[in-house]
Amino acid sequence: MVAETVIKTVNLNSYFGEIQALKNINLEIYKNEIFGIIGPANSGKTTFLRALNRLNYLNIAYRQEGKIIFENQNIDEIPDNLLRKKIGIIFAMPQVLPVSIFDNIAYGPMVHGTKNKKILAEIVETALQKAYLWDEVKDRLNLPALRLSGGQQQRLCIARTLAVEPDVILYDEPCSGLDPISTAKIEDTMQELKKNYTQILVTNNTKQAARVTERCAFFLMGELVELSETTTLFTHPADRRTDDYVTGRFG
Amino acid sequence: MSTARGREKVAFAVLGLATLLTVLPILLTILYIVKNGWDGLSWEFITQVPRSGMKQGGIFPAIVGTILLIIGTMIFSLPLGILSAIYLVEYAKDNTFTRLVKLSVVNLSGVPSIIYGLFGFTLFVILLQFGTSILAGSMTLAIMSLPVIITATKEALEAVPASFREISLSLGATKWQTTRYCVLPYAIPGILTGTVLSLSRAAGETAPILFTVAAFYLPRLPRSVFDQVMALPYHLYVISTQVPNMPTQISFATALVLIILVFLMNLMSIILRAHYRKKKQW
Repeated sequence: MVAETVIKTVNLNSYFGEIQALKNINLEIYKNEIFGIIGPANSGKTTFLRALNRLNYLNIAYRQEGKIIFENQNIDEIPDNLLRKKIGIIFAMPQVLPVSIFDNIAYGPMVHGTKNKKILAEIVETALQKAYLWDEVKDRLNLPALRLSGGQQQRLCIARTLAVEPDVILYDEPCSGLDPISTAKIEDTMQELKKNYTQILVTNNTKQAARVTERCAFFLMGELVELSETTTLFTHPADRRTDDYVTGRFG
Repeated sequence: MSTARGREKVAFAVLGLATLLTVLPILLTILYIVKNGWDGLSWEFITQVPRSGMKQGGIFPAIVGTILLIIGTMIFSLPLGILSAIYLVEYAKDNTFTRLVKLSVVNLSGVPSIIYGLFGFTLFVILLQFGTSILAGSMTLAIMSLPVIITATKEALEAVPASFREISLSLGATKWQTTRYCVLPYAIPGILTGTVLSLSRAAGETAPILFTVAAFYLPRLPRSVFDQVMALPYHLYVISTQVPNMPTQISFATALVLIILVFLMNLMSIILRAHYRKKKQW
């Protein structure tokens, strides 16, 4: 089976002011895979992730060279709001808005033009079910989202991203603030979502990358050191530095 | 005992004393005005026009004048101030020019009010030929209030966590949708506080209305926005300094009415603020 490319970066170089965060990254991400990015702090993995839906540009010092192609289109030519509807992101710490559970999820569809209360209610329910949160919150959708536990908040964020019907979901160390049980729930959710979504997971936790991803990239100081099948990367890495990192000798 | 404990006591005493020294003069002033003005307050005083060289009757036209000026100031300064603050915080590129504009706005709030009065007189009364009128007075007061409103709104917007904007933008909302739904609602309490503060200052100002709207003695209500009006602060100035043998009770009662008016405005903002806080939980 020939994998269909969803995202492709061509000679991607990123800078924050004078500091180069990404050095000539060329890689492809396939449809419906879970693509992992591992690497120590300051390796550029988060910068790479946020480059994919142009969130880096919120920082005025950001500059970028090279191209990112999403579904055969240069993302710089897609209006930001449409691009980010297609490529959603889950942040490291659960970031919920200080409104109700319902309003957190309804916000996305609302800004994209759905005003009908009944349709919004359906979207909210579907999204919560996909994120496996529905059973836990269905009786208290009007509760402030901040009252949920950290793990629930993070799944709420996944539901919120799903509600705008993206094609790609980016995860920026989604479990870094969560307990093991919540982490397991998020990982289960990701496995379920594989059927319909392309997912990219940046993680500090190499074990998580090994558990969840199919292909994995190792970033170090802004460079893509190695990219291969996850099992290969963890058992027979081609590069010495990858071997050191995945076996825990540094990082 | 330890010296840390002793220092704690000294710090407590100094801080408490400083607070007391700040609050006491204000409290005493208010008490003094209430004590001397309370008996001058009556239904007649606030609903009648002044008579017999302002020594009798009431201050009804001045109350109406001041209320009209507050409303006029609000109409001109609120939309302009809030919208430009939104532009400065959410939209403007962070470059030298923007920083210069922000710095000027802060500095403008320190300009003496008589300068605004003369500026308003030249621009609105003479050049634009509004004459001495409610329109010219309101616009002058509005210009004076703008820097404070912009600064307060700017600070309220900047206090909204950046993550709210990031969430909204990451879901594909446009910049305006983000500002409208994820920033403004959380900034409103702060905007209200700053706005009401600057409007209460405008309500009590004499210098900006001196040449632009205030009438020395006009015992009737205005007929249009091009009419002059009496206003409480100027009336207070007139009866305290320009009219010989003025009963002091009338001056104090007038001052009391002005204070009550400002107090009511602040009360309104407190109620509104509480209302908005109740809606948002964070």
